[in-house]
Amino acid sequence: MSSRERILGRVRRALADAPGEDTPIERAYLREHGDRSVEETTDLLAENLADYRAIVHRCSPDDLAVTLAGMLAARGAKTVLVPPGLDPAWLADADAEQVPDRLESTPHELDRIDSVVTACAVAVAETGTIVLDGGPDQGRRRITLVPDHHICVVRVPDQVVGSVPQALERLDPVRPLTWISGPSATSDIELDRVEGVHGPRTLEVVLVGAQPSAEANS
Amino acid sequence: MSGTFVGMPAFPKAAHEAVNNPTLRGNLRHATHTIRAKREKAVAEVSDWAELREAGKRIKDHTLRHLDDYLVQLEESVTAAGGIVHWAADADEANRIVTELVKATGESEVVKVKSMATQEIGLNEALEAAGIHAYETDLAELIVQLGKDRPSHILVPAIHRNRGEIRDIFAKEMSEWGRPAPEGLTDTPAELAEAARLHLREKFLRAKVGVSGANFMVAETGTLVVVESEGNGRMCLTLPETLISVVGIEKIVPTWRDLEVFLQTLPRSSTAERMNPYTSTWTGTTDGDGPKTFHLVLLDNGRTDTLADEVGRQALRCIRCSACLNVCPVYERAGGHAYGSVYPGPIGAILSPQLRGTASEIDASLPYASSLCGACYEVCPVAIDIPEVLVHLRERVVQGGEVTREGNKVVLKPAKGHAAERAAMRAARWAFARPGAVRAGQRLASRTRRLHPRRLPLPGPGKAWSETRDLPPVPAEPFRDWWQRTQGGAK
Ligand code: SF4
Repeated sequence: MSSRERILGRVRRALADAPGEDTPIERAYLREHGDRSVEETTDLLAENLADYRAIVHRCSPDDLAVTLAGMLAARGAKTVLVPPGLDPAWLADADAEQVPDRLESTPHELDRIDSVVTACAVAVAETGTIVLDGGPDQGRRRITLVPDHHICVVRVPDQVVGSVPQALERLDPVRPLTWISGPSATSDIELDRVEGVHGPRTLEVVLVGAQPSAEANS
Repeated sequence: MSGTFVGMPAFPKAAHEAVNNPTLRGNLRHATHTIRAKREKAVAEVSDWAELREAGKRIKDHTLRHLDDYLVQLEESVTAAGGIVHWAADADEANRIVTELVKATGESEVVKVKSMATQEIGLNEALEAAGIHAYETDLAELIVQLGKDRPSHILVPAIHRNRGEIRDIFAKEMSEWGRPAPEGLTDTPAELAEAARLHLREKFLRAKVGVSGANFMVAETGTLVVVESEGNGRMCLTLPETLISVVGIEKIVPTWRDLEVFLQTLPRSSTAERMNPYTSTWTGTTDGDGPKTFHLVLLDNGRTDTLADEVGRQALRCIRCSACLNVCPVYERAGGHAYGSVYPGPIGAILSPQLRGTASEIDASLPYASSLCGACYEVCPVAIDIPEVLVHLRERVVQGGEVTREGNKVVLKPAKGHAAERAAMRAARWAFARPGAVRAGQRLASRTRRLHPRRLPLPGPGKAWSETRDLPPVPAEPFRDWWQRTQGGAK
C-alpha cells in the first residue's frame, strides 16, 4: 500500500466516528474595520506604512518622475533595477543607470544593484501592506528582495483597499504574491526590532495621485 | 516521531533545572511579558476579534472533518499548477523523500526556512547523515544552530539567549560554517543582525535547493503560504532552482478566501503586529520567477492518530502562533527545553503526547505541565481548549484506554507504578511552590470560564488516583486554594 493510500485510509478511519453534521463556517467578522472616506483610507495607509518604518512620500502624477529622481539621488543610487513593464516616464528624470531585469540576471548581479523601482498590485490600509503580484510593472519576486533599497509606487485611490479581506478578493492566487509590510525586520535578539536582516533595509512608498497632505511624512 | 530530544528527563526534572537558571528565567520573563503586552494591544485594534476567532476555529474544524477530501483536492491543484506531491506516513519516510530529492539535484547543501515540521522530523540530522548540510536561515534558528542548541520557543527559538551570549556564539562559530563574524563584533542587536546578514547572504546567493514548511495550504488553488519577518523565507522560496516544502496535513484551508481570517489573526497573535513584514504565496511554479521545480511533502507523523481522538483532535487546529506560550505561567519559568519537544508550552503539552504517544516518561508527564489556569485557551486564535485536552490526556495516562497509534486502535495500559502520578505531583508541587506563577494564572483564570473538572473523578483504574484527590467544583474554590488546603490532595 502506498503512503498516500495509508494516510487517506487513516484519515477516513479517524473520522468514522465524527458527527455527520458539519460545522457551518460562519463569517460574522467584518469586511472592513471602521467607516472611512477614500481620503481617510489613504491617510491610514500612509500612517500604518510609516508606523512600520517604511518612508512614505506623496505626489501628483505629474510630479512622479521628479519625485523618483529626487529619491534615487538622495539615496546616492548609481544603478536602479527596472521591471520590464514599468512605465518609462516614471524614471525619465532619474540620473541613476537603469538596469532592466533579465531572466539571466543572477542573484549575484542583482546584489550589486543599489535600488529597485516597482509598481504594486494592491495596498492594504489597515495593515500598512503593499502586495506585489509579479505583474510586468513589478517584475520577478527576487528583484524586490536582493537590492537593499526598494521604491514602490502605489496609485491612489484605485490601488488602495481598506482591509485584508478586500485585498484577497482582488488578488489572483495563481500569481506568486509577496505581501510587504515595512522593510525586513527581526526581533530575535531580546525582542529589539532591527530592520533589514535579509530583504531591503529601506522601503520607500510613493502614494501617487493623492493630494499631498500637510503632514505627509518623508 | 523522531525529533524528540533524546534522553530528555521528564518535565518536572527539566523544569526544575530551568527554574534554577536565573539568566534563562530572566531572558524568558522579559520576552514573554513584552510580547504578551504588545499582543493585547494588537488584538484590541480589531473589534471583531471574537468573530475572527470563531471563524478560524470553524474553518479548521470543517477542514479536519473532511480532511481526506481536501487532501485529494490539494494534491490535484498542486499537481495542476506544476508541483509534485509526495506523501510521508512518518518522520523516516519524510526524511528519506527529502534526502533523495536533494541528492537527485546533485547538491550537497540546502538553505532552510524555519519550519516546525522539519524540526519535528529531525530533517537536518537526517540530511547531515547523508552528507548534506542544511543551513538554517532564520536569525534565531541560526543562533540555535551555531550554538549547537535546541529551539525553545515556536516563534523566537532563541528566546532563552541574551545578546551577550549571541555575540559569543557568532564570534566563535560563524567561521566554521562560512563567512566569519566581523572583527570586534559587539553585542548590539543591529551589529549582530548585520553579521548574520553577511554570513547568510553568501549562502542564499549560491543556493540551488531550498527547504521550507508552510503556514497554510489552500486546497482549492494549490497555493502555499509562508509568513515571516526577515526575508530569509523569501530568499529560500525564490532564489533556489528547487524548492522542497514539508508540510503537516493539518495545514490545509479549503479556499483562498479562508486566508482572510488567518492573515488577520496569525500576525496579531504571534508577533503582535498588524501584519508581519513578509508573506509569500506560491501556486506550483511560475515560468521565469522562482524555483523551476517544486516538491510538496505531505506529512502525517502522528497527525491521523491525533485526528482519531475526539477530544484531542482540536490540537490540529493550531496555527503555531505561540500566543499560548507567552501567557503560560509554567512556560515562563520552566523554559521551552523542559518540554522535550519542538512544540513547547501549552500547545506542546497537548500536541507532543498525541503525535508521539505517551509511552515515554517525558510524554506521560507533559499533560501535567500546566496549572490549568486557562490563559492559553483565552488567547488561542483558533480557540483550542487546551485545558480540556490536558485533562483528557491526564485521564488517558493514568487510566489507560483505547488510542490510535500508527492508524491502529490499541489499548493503552494505565501508567505503570503510578509513574505518571508521581510525575504529576512533582510538576504540580513545583508549580504551586511558586505562588507568583500560579497567581498570574489565577488572575487570568478568574476571567476565564470552565476549568473542566467534569472528567474527574476518574472511573476504572484511575479511580485510586482520583478518589484520594477529589477535585472540588472549580471555580467555587480556586485550584490554588484547594492545593494549599490539601497539599495537592495529600491530606
Ligand atoms: S495552540 Fe493556539 S495559541 Fe497556542 S500556538 Fe497554537 S494557535 Fe497559537
